[in-house]
Amino acid sequence: MVKWTLISITLAFLGVFLLVPLAAVMTEALRKGLGAYFNGLQDPAAVSAIKLTLLTSLIAVPANLVFGLAASWAIAKFEFLGKSLLITLIDLPFAVSPVISGLIFVELFGLQGLFGHWLSDHNIRIIFAVPGIVLATIFVTFPFVAREMIPLMQEQGSEEEQAALSLGANGFQMFRRVTLPNVKWALLYGVILCNARAMGEFGAVSVVSGHVRGQTNTMPLHIEILYNEYNFVAAFAVASLLAVLALVTLVLKSIVEWRIHREIEASKA
Amino acid sequence: MRLKQHSVLPGFGITLGYTFVYLSLIVLVPLSSLFLKTATLTWSQFWGTISDPRVVASYKLTIGASFIGACINAVFGLIVAWTLVRYEFPGKKIVDALVDLPFALPTAVSGIALTAVYAKNGWIGRYLEPLGIHAAFSPLGVTIALTFIGLPFVVRTLQPALEDLDPQIEEAAASLGARHIQTFIRVILPALLPALLTGFALSFARALGEYGSVVFISGNMPMKTEISALLIIMKLEEFNYAGATAIAVVMLVASFVILLAVNLLQWWVARRFGKGG
Repeated sequence: MVKWTLISITLAFLGVFLLVPLAAVMTEALRKGLGAYFNGLQDPAAVSAIKLTLLTSLIAVPANLVFGLAASWAIAKFEFLGKSLLITLIDLPFAVSPVISGLIFVELFGLQGLFGHWLSDHNIRIIFAVPGIVLATIFVTFPFVAREMIPLMQEQGSEEEQAALSLGANGFQMFRRVTLPNVKWALLYGVILCNARAMGEFGAVSVVSGHVRGQTNTMPLHIEILYNEYNFVAAFAVASLLAVLALVTLVLKSIVEWRIHREIEASKA
Repeated sequence: MRLKQHSVLPGFGITLGYTFVYLSLIVLVPLSSLFLKTATLTWSQFWGTISDPRVVASYKLTIGASFIGACINAVFGLIVAWTLVRYEFPGKKIVDALVDLPFALPTAVSGIALTAVYAKNGWIGRYLEPLGIHAAFSPLGVTIALTFIGLPFVVRTLQPALEDLDPQIEEAAASLGARHIQTFIRVILPALLPALLTGFALSFARALGEYGSVVFISGNMPMKTEISALLIIMKLEEFNYAGATAIAVVMLVASFVILLAVNLLQWWVARRFGKGG
């Protein structure tokens, strides 16, 4: 009795609360048929927004991946003073509102910002241009890879690496042959989450972008503009691409979680 | 204690150095610019901005809607987590994966989707309208959006805690004559309370800073449905950097206080319950 009541509540709540909005995106996008749907996606402004989103993610994800590897190596394999403070600082961007994440870069590089005069004297544009969008995206996705890697590498310890070194491997060989295979699933997990956020970030990017159509609009910003122009079909068409990305992210995430779980079970046996 | 303990592994200097430089350039220096900017404001400028009635109205809405959303998530998140951990049913894995949808779905997409669903002619809004309930473009809409984005925090914090909870304790309580409700209040709830409070606080803190999923459904009417994050954007659009900074500092301090409270709570719980087993 209790069991089926609770299962029903769960399914009803998640269905109404999560599935209905997801279905609404697809329905609204196709409201005027496939022709209108593809028109919305083929519009030059939409194409340029898709390109900018891909470019941003292509810079932000590798940047945070390299950082995640470096940070987790230093934190997980060595003991040093101030380590827990460092871990707290790495998580800091998650505690900052997206809008504030954009604002801080405006205060640094905007016209009235700390470096504003110097930048405008040298004709360098960061705010209301692509570099600002990339920087804000790197900021909001900063902790993703590191926070997946640190606990796992801490748990694994460093015996295998020490064995590799004593068998004559150099540092690079040890990293490539021992460390990387051990952490590859956690690494992938972090990258998947990092990429989803990088492509979908709205608040932070909205503050630094300047919303120049065809130049500084990412997909989420393009959706906002279309929506505010009452061009709902095109807005939902672009949104449907991001919704598909979200679903792919969830599927990949589940597969990787299952692999990590299996490896933990295998290492116990 | 020495600054660093000896280790045979290579690469400590370069990886820690890189970590520190990258962290400083991307996070610490930009964040400190916010406080540098605040320091250039006079006290009356700062106070004038953050105590402006329109800004105060936005705090009330943001905090109130975030709080209600976190409460709704605590209740339904507990039911969802319980169902996912304790029961087997067809499609459970899909349901479990779906819980993370609000994380994975870009906030702008959530925003326009929720607006479409809860608007007057929307799939759910059309049934609420005859009851006199205006979901979209009202404080209720803001609450719906903030509940949506906070749900995974509660479920994902509760799941590991529930897995650690031994069903035998409940069986023991039941065999001693406790009813479902009694077992729940006396046995289960106290054991889950730390995780539940942590999930609640994370959901609350996330909602305070949220922007994308709210701005579409809120309608952004001054004094009524403007959230604090939106006011920062509006000040920036007026090139009022000082005003934007002042509101941002208030919001940042609020979310830090909540996260600090979570850490203190976890520390307190670990000390009180941790050692006895």
